[in-house]
Amino acid sequence: MNGLWWLPEDPSWKARLKAAKEKPSWAALVSLAGAQLDFLQTMQLDRLLTAFSAGEKPQDCKLPGIRLAILSSCTVDPLLPGLRIAALRRGLWLTTYVCDYGQYQQELLDTGSPLHDFRPNVLLFSFDAAHLLGDKIVDGEPGSAVDIAVDRLAQLWKEAQGHFECQVIQQTLLPTFQPLVGENERRLPGSPAALVAQFNARIRERAGAENADVLGLDEHAARNGIDYWHSPALWHRAKQDVSPSAAPLYGDIAVRLVAARLGQSAKCLVLDLDNTLWGGTIGDDGLEGIVLGQGSAAGEAHLSFQKYAKDLSRRGVILAVCSKNDESIAMEPFRSHPEMLLKSGDIACFVANWEDKASNLRSIAQQLNIGLDSMVFADDSVFERNIVRRELPMVMVVELPEDPALYARCIADAGYFETLEITREDTLRAQNYQSEKSRAQVRQSVTDMDGYLESLEMRLIWNHFDRTGLQRIVQLINKTNQFNLTTRRHSEAAVLNVLQDPNALSLQLRLTDKFGDHGVIGIVIAYPEGNEFLIDTWLMSCRVLGRGVEAATLNLLAQEAKRRGGVALSGQYLRTGKNGMVKDHYEKLGFESVSASADGSETAWRLTLDGFAPLPSFVHAVEV
Amino acid sequence: MDKKEITEKLTAIFQEIFDNDTIALKPDMTAADIEDWDSVNHINVVVATEAAFGIRFKSAEIEDLSNVGEFISMIERKLAK
Repeated sequence: MNGLWWLPEDPSWKARLKAAKEKPSWAALVSLAGAQLDFLQTMQLDRLLTAFSAGEKPQDCKLPGIRLAILSSCTVDPLLPGLRIAALRRGLWLTTYVCDYGQYQQELLDTGSPLHDFRPNVLLFSFDAAHLLGDKIVDGEPGSAVDIAVDRLAQLWKEAQGHFECQVIQQTLLPTFQPLVGENERRLPGSPAALVAQFNARIRERAGAENADVLGLDEHAARNGIDYWHSPALWHRAKQDVSPSAAPLYGDIAVRLVAARLGQSAKCLVLDLDNTLWGGTIGDDGLEGIVLGQGSAAGEAHLSFQKYAKDLSRRGVILAVCSKNDESIAMEPFRSHPEMLLKSGDIACFVANWEDKASNLRSIAQQLNIGLDSMVFADDSVFERNIVRRELPMVMVVELPEDPALYARCIADAGYFETLEITREDTLRAQNYQSEKSRAQVRQSVTDMDGYLESLEMRLIWNHFDRTGLQRIVQLINKTNQFNLTTRRHSEAAVLNVLQDPNALSLQLRLTDKFGDHGVIGIVIAYPEGNEFLIDTWLMSCRVLGRGVEAATLNLLAQEAKRRGGVALSGQYLRTGKNGMVKDHYEKLGFESVSASADGSETAWRLTLDGFAPLPSFVHAVEV
Repeated sequence: MDKKEITEKLTAIFQEIFDNDTIALKPDMTAADIEDWDSVNHINVVVATEAAFGIRFKSAEIEDLSNVGEFISMIERKLAK
């Protein structure tokens, strides 16, 4: 949980950097900045950015340029790449100027100084504790040492605001002094460690009154540990108060303040449902089966995430839902699960369907009348996160950790919702969006699904039923509700019979892609009847929907049926309360309608195998 | 990790810091042999090495690096602890 951990790790980053070196572009650089970078990668990317921009704002950068000057008492040069790359991550171009070591006051006052030539629009005051407060025990009235330091800084801010049209950012002091007497240090107010704490409290009050923004390094040190931020060895060697290794995070938290002044903070948090707001799949596990609330650690973790989202909405963040589900099923927990903290009234826009999520995000942005670049997307699925990153690079996609207990922490650390001025309007905003929302129809998908699916390198690894897979096969057969054509439940003994029946055509299907192994996600059982194969069971986990697995499965089934002398496949759809999504399954795959009951609750389908051409799919079948 | 593996890993770090794929570390190399190995990049080398190997250098060790061979031996000693 250090550094930029809410951003995705990118194994191909090095190769992409190399490609960008050969053919640099603003978009390529911005994209490189979106990965989880350490300080060395940040330095490399910064070098490329410097070479590419050659001191001028790149043409493709449409946002205003940022000229940030640092007034500092210590060595800050190693932090500059972190600042420039954090800006790049937000599509901003930032140039830096560092006042001469210890000369900041003179440069600020002297209108002929290089600082004035630079015409900063952001001034960052970055001081170490010893510089402002001394490092000795203060005898007499300790409060006055803090007062003097705070007054002096407020004077400097005024000077800065008078000379430049600029944002002033004051960094709090890192708590680098060691306590002398231990837990009671604060009762000895003249102690250096106690002075730092007093100063940090006072400077926040003062900044609020003087229109300066606070960069709270002390609070970040409380989150990540002081050792992450400060190394005594480097302090002694090079007077670096903030370690170079912390540069990427330092840059990001500082630039968030700049971006917030430019109105770039996110407005809306878009939430997935299954395994994000609760554990499990509502469509398969049902109201009683999903994991939420008291009684289990995972249930409480999901609940605490709901609480965080609800608190965000009380602070003016709009909440939306984007889920692959039938809408009525997805709404159930909001209506009738006793542990749900989020109610449908908290959600300004609720989209649950089987469209791809990039299209749905476009639709949510349109309905709420906000930009895609003000949306944060939180989804436990790597697949969904990556298609959104690929299709909608302006959407902020948080790389949620596996443990739901850390979801809130991850979103908080990402700092998407940085707010500088707290107004009554902010707390009302979420409600307004809710009353104004329109129920516009979901727009036609314009997402480049094919390109994405191809890039996933999906493999459908298949086998007939075997004893190793037995547990999972039985589980899928008895649990899957949504993508299940017949919803026939079979006991373990019944599945063992299938396994031993030489006539039965059984398939267990495992899906892998470049991000990992999804495990066994599909089951088919078919029996010969005459020279046809009758599909008794066809089911699939909804997690892998929309990837062309169905087509690849049919190709496989057709191939196996043919190999056994089959001339056709027959399939049935038996409607239940939950499997509406596969109503047109056979039709989509090219089967012909054979019969249908009057109310459409039972339909029968047939596909002739003679002349059957395998359906196009980016999923490659592999036999084990 | 033996000297050879350490050298390979360290070479990659040097190549990235000095933006030069042709750097090949040899034991008798010093700061004078690598262009741009100034005090700022010296700290970068130290910090990147600490992060990559999961080790910490003492203040005096940061100061006293006389050549690459010695640096590698130091990393090896720290990793063995």
